[in-house]
Amino acid sequence: MVAKTQEPFFQGSTGKNTRGVLRIVILCLIAAAAIASRLFSVILDPWFNFRATKYLVSHGFYDFWDWFDDRTWHPLGRVTGGTLYPGLMVTSGVIYHALRALTIPVDIRNICVLLAPGFSGLTAFATYLFTNEMSTSPSAGLLAAIFMGIAPGYISRSVAGSYDNEAIAIFLLVFTFYLWIKAVKLGSAFWGALCALFYGYMVSAWGGYVFITNLIPLHVFVLVCMGRFSPRIYVSYCTWYALGTLASMQIPFVGFLPIRSSEHMSALGVFGLLQLVGFVEFVRAGVPSKQFATLLRGFVLAVFVISFGGLVLLTVSGVIAPWTGRFYSLWDTGYAKIHIPIIASVSEHQPTAWPAYFFDLNLLIWLFPAGVYLCFLNLADEQVFVVVYAILASYFSGVMVRLMLTLTPIVCVAAALALSNILNTYLTIESPEAPAPGATTDAANGTPAVSKKAAKQEGLRSMRQPLVGIYASFSKLSVVGAMTTYLLIFVLHCTWVTSNAYSSPSVVLASRLPDGSQHIIDDYREAYQWLRQNTKEDAKIMSWWDYGYQIGGMADRPTLVDNNTWNNTHIATVGKAMSSREEVSYPIMRQHEVDYVLVVFGGLLGYSGDDINKFLWMVRIAEGIWPDEVRERDFFTDRGEYRVDEGATQTMKDSLMYKMSYYNYNSLFPPGQATDRVRGVKMPDNGPVLNTVEEAFTSENWIIRIYKVKDLDNVGRDHASAASFDRGNKKKKTTKRRGPKVLRVE
Amino acid sequence: MAPKRNNAAAGTTTETTTPSTTTTTIPAASTPAKIPSKSSANANLSPQEVAHSIWKNYLDNTPQRTKLIDVFMAFLVVVGGLQFLYCVLVGNYPFNAFLSGFSATVGQFVLTASLRIQTNAENKAEFDSVSPERAFADYVFGSLILHFFCVNFIN
Repeated sequence: MVAKTQEPFFQGSTGKNTRGVLRIVILCLIAAAAIASRLFSVILDPWFNFRATKYLVSHGFYDFWDWFDDRTWHPLGRVTGGTLYPGLMVTSGVIYHALRALTIPVDIRNICVLLAPGFSGLTAFATYLFTNEMSTSPSAGLLAAIFMGIAPGYISRSVAGSYDNEAIAIFLLVFTFYLWIKAVKLGSAFWGALCALFYGYMVSAWGGYVFITNLIPLHVFVLVCMGRFSPRIYVSYCTWYALGTLASMQIPFVGFLPIRSSEHMSALGVFGLLQLVGFVEFVRAGVPSKQFATLLRGFVLAVFVISFGGLVLLTVSGVIAPWTGRFYSLWDTGYAKIHIPIIASVSEHQPTAWPAYFFDLNLLIWLFPAGVYLCFLNLADEQVFVVVYAILASYFSGVMVRLMLTLTPIVCVAAALALSNILNTYLTIESPEAPAPGATTDAANGTPAVSKKAAKQEGLRSMRQPLVGIYASFSKLSVVGAMTTYLLIFVLHCTWVTSNAYSSPSVVLASRLPDGSQHIIDDYREAYQWLRQNTKEDAKIMSWWDYGYQIGGMADRPTLVDNNTWNNTHIATVGKAMSSREEVSYPIMRQHEVDYVLVVFGGLLGYSGDDINKFLWMVRIAEGIWPDEVRERDFFTDRGEYRVDEGATQTMKDSLMYKMSYYNYNSLFPPGQATDRVRGVKMPDNGPVLNTVEEAFTSENWIIRIYKVKDLDNVGRDHASAASFDRGNKKKKTTKRRGPKVLRVE
Repeated sequence: MAPKRNNAAAGTTTETTTPSTTTTTIPAASTPAKIPSKSSANANLSPQEVAHSIWKNYLDNTPQRTKLIDVFMAFLVVVGGLQFLYCVLVGNYPFNAFLSGFSATVGQFVLTASLRIQTNAENKAEFDSVSPERAFADYVFGSLILHFFCVNFIN
């Protein structure tokens, strides 16, 4: 079949060599395109990973492994070695040292920036290998590789400078699946062991390894249910599970989870099931009685049901940890919004809208079902994998925008299968001779131009039509031409999406002036630089958790909370400090030794991602811990509106966040014309008064405002009266009346 | 043969922790025997006879080398059962030590079972690309990785 479909060009052994060379050239070009399309903007974003990598490079591996970071989560600190996936940092550290050993000294920052594009080239190659296992067609792998190279769904997480775990994880995901398919096909323990090794690497790189741990068992389970159990599956799965589980337990962050948590139980269950099935098959081979064989099958079923019940019992009784919140919210989509607002507050955890699919995957999304359907037509063990993967990943990507990333590889593969099928059908130029009536079936297998239609109509073979298919060169040309046009449009679309939507750094904001020229807004770096140069080395900065990593990385100052949201109560403390009155939040800030408070304010520029828009999440998260001190209802007006102007509620106006955001804001404008450009409302004429903090720095466009927390008053007054005394608000007539005094204790 | 001896050594080291429970060998010995008895108990038509014929069949038709593998697998089951029993009796305080010891036996058992399947002449059709020599090399490779991880995990 293979040889037949590629007959048209380069026949014979020289042709084979030429095809090999062409293949290599095409793969190199694909890798180059994948890298080049990720270089629209080059700015480093995920600051924590970078900071950790710097630590690894300068202190060595062992120090990194047990690194206690006392510059985050201020009073608590963070045991970094046990709470992160070290794969990314170690990979770039290894590359760094390898390049130095080759006497090419490159700054570690450049390696971190260019790691994601480099690995995207490898991902394209891994997709090529994976697809080649699926299809006999020579073009499917190449098509899948180019799709994977430039599909925006993957580019969005791997542009140059996005030094995130996903940068290497997707490559490892696809490559692990490739090794798995290889292991299943050959039944080889060697490939199973390799698959386990790469699975271990994947576990060290990304929390999404849970997807693999559930997908591979599901594949095996489906195969067993279909009655396709074979010794090959036993060998590959058991090798993978035994070695892979041990490998995953080596990562401190994962630890005993593979034994104790529910997410990993499916793998264990299928492992047990395979032992059972294997043993029963073995016994059945030696038993003559048919009745006995069916009894054995019943035995397997009974044990399966009993052990499943035992698993449920263990989970209910708490020996095995139930689903974690993040994972559970994938099934019960309303769960996070009610119970864990911090998960729901991240915009990537929202359900996906329809246009996002087309935006991220253009023509692939409508070739995707066709590819899955083709897999059904030709169902071997590996095609079952594609089907299972496609169904599971489509569901997950529908629940959460972020999981579009795991869907992209299978969409590329399935679309490439469909497209290569079309091209194989329509690109063969010569038409077959009308075969002799007797040899129809042979011809149907042998002719290159068997169309999909013919394959589908195999059930109607009794008709014995001598020639089914499309042989007119005009129709062939038109179909191929249409497909080529689609492919070209796909390339255009990908480039456009990448340059416009996914290549904007979050630290530097670009805007257009009325004359069309680009204006760069660099307030973040300005403010962080100010912090770095004008504050004490150990000044604690309080801000909302979104900016924790950036402050730690760019300003190099300790923070209270950061993007690694491991301690919800601590985040709620910050939320409470931000959303309470000054008198309430000042003690909180004193207790946590806060020196500076940083807020992001976009009202002057119309930058919508500012803290006032995130404010409700702070309130909700704080309300989850202190329901009687912070109430979301108080921040809405009687009619249920969230307002910041004259009509804002008193609680809103008194909150620290509101005061810090709008402090002195009306002084920018002529009287009566202060407007907030994000909310689009007119601000009241006299702005808020701050007593316990003082303005320390405000950036050029007022995006970042930094306040210094005042020290205690020298004379022991509270801050409100001290500030009002300073403003000269003292009452003119000194009343001699004595207020109600209390007895002095002590 | 190297990995086998290797594992036998590992088995003895784990056994050094268990001599306090030498009396427990009797229930542990029943674990390998349990499986066939259970499956034969399910058959209503003279289970003893069926079990006997299976055993006879096994003794007659299995090559010497495969029997050797089976003995090794039985040994692994015994060692694993002992470890588990010890864990149940004494508690699992150094849980990583228990896990690495236990999963070493389970992993080695599974790898050996894979070797047994691959070298079995009846499965020739399934494994057309895996020769017995290749299967053994794979086995050595897998065992080496397994023992590396176990030694690393036991601290």
